[in-house]
Amino acid sequence: MTSASIIKLSDVFLVTFQGELSDRDALTLREDLAKRVSGTGACGVLIDVSGLELVDSFLARTLHELAEVCALLAARTVVVGMRPEVAFALVELGLTLPDLETALNVDEGLSLLDGTGPR
Amino acid sequence: MTEATYPARHQLIEFLETHKEEIENEWAETPVFASRDRETAKEEAAALLTGLQRVVQDGAEEDSSAEGFTTARTVLGTLAARSAGGPSGSTLPDVSVLKEPVLRLWKQQDLSDDVTHYGAMVLATAISTLRHVLLEMELSLGADTILAQQEQLAELSTPVVKIWEGVLAIPLIGTLDSMRSQTATESLLEEIAKQQAKVAILDITGVTAVDTLVAQHLLKTAMAARLMGAECVISGIRPQIAQTMVQLGISLGEVVTRSSFADAFAYALRKLGFEVVHAGEVR
Repeated sequence: MTSASIIKLSDVFLVTFQGELSDRDALTLREDLAKRVSGTGACGVLIDVSGLELVDSFLARTLHELAEVCALLAARTVVVGMRPEVAFALVELGLTLPDLETALNVDEGLSLLDGTGPR
Repeated sequence: MTEATYPARHQLIEFLETHKEEIENEWAETPVFASRDRETAKEEAAALLTGLQRVVQDGAEEDSSAEGFTTARTVLGTLAARSAGGPSGSTLPDVSVLKEPVLRLWKQQDLSDDVTHYGAMVLATAISTLRHVLLEMELSLGADTILAQQEQLAELSTPVVKIWEGVLAIPLIGTLDSMRSQTATESLLEEIAKQQAKVAILDITGVTAVDTLVAQHLLKTAMAARLMGAECVISGIRPQIAQTMVQLGISLGEVVTRSSFADAFAYALRKLGFEVVHAGEVR
């Protein structure tokens, strides 16, 4: 039983977390998502990390890899809702994830993927 | 230590017990208890003496953390609260005056020279240590005050202002040390999350000097904000600071900078999709 759930909203996948995410869960998520994105031709993936109080370097790297995998499958990945303390901790660790797209919340993330957002 | 050590200490303990009343009375007269009425002064002098007896009994007159001094600490703490702002400018009374009466009484005992000397030494040491305890107390009080003031200053010095729906600004003023920049970063990031702000303006017009550490902190704040999905704009870098930063090899990377706060605000509005147009003269 993984603590991540994948929901499909038209052509966007929304990933949310409940509680802690183990390393194994993160890897499973990466595989599941890759399969589903390639099968459906989705244009975007929103990863809502607002439920995570802890993001370690492993999870950060996995998120980064996940984004790259999705990019190869022609889907944009946006990480949304990162908590301030998590963001600051990642920066302190030197993990600034420069290629990753981010947004404040799911709403903003959706409009970003729709192309109506500011970017 | 001489062979007289043990019996001398024994006699000293006996002396303190039998002359309890006398010492308390003499002590209550000293300026230490000047701010108290007679009754309380005697009570507090008694408490002090009990503490002193305890240290002499334990042979711990040189140890400021000894148990006997703990009671003394509480007594003198309440005294200090009363006599604050005394003539010496110190908040705590000078306890070295307690030495005189007790030593005088001790010398009136008909004892051998060795015992008298040894006893006097122990008593003097005990009261000196008491003084030491007081100084420690005073220092820790001062340290607490400084800490509290630092916290207040940090709170006051980093206000996060909402200047438009989705736009936050934090005007930084004065000298930035690592603690202040840390507080600024934390409050800014928290406000971004709370208000779901898309743009945060870090205005450093009022900052007179930027060193590598501060620059790094600004950069870290910008990166953390980006991870959260917001954008940081740094405004108001003075020409001199810009030159120093280049000389120091500090690069702000891809962080957007604007020369003035107004420009940064205009940038933020554009970023949000607003357009500022002249509406003609308003009558």
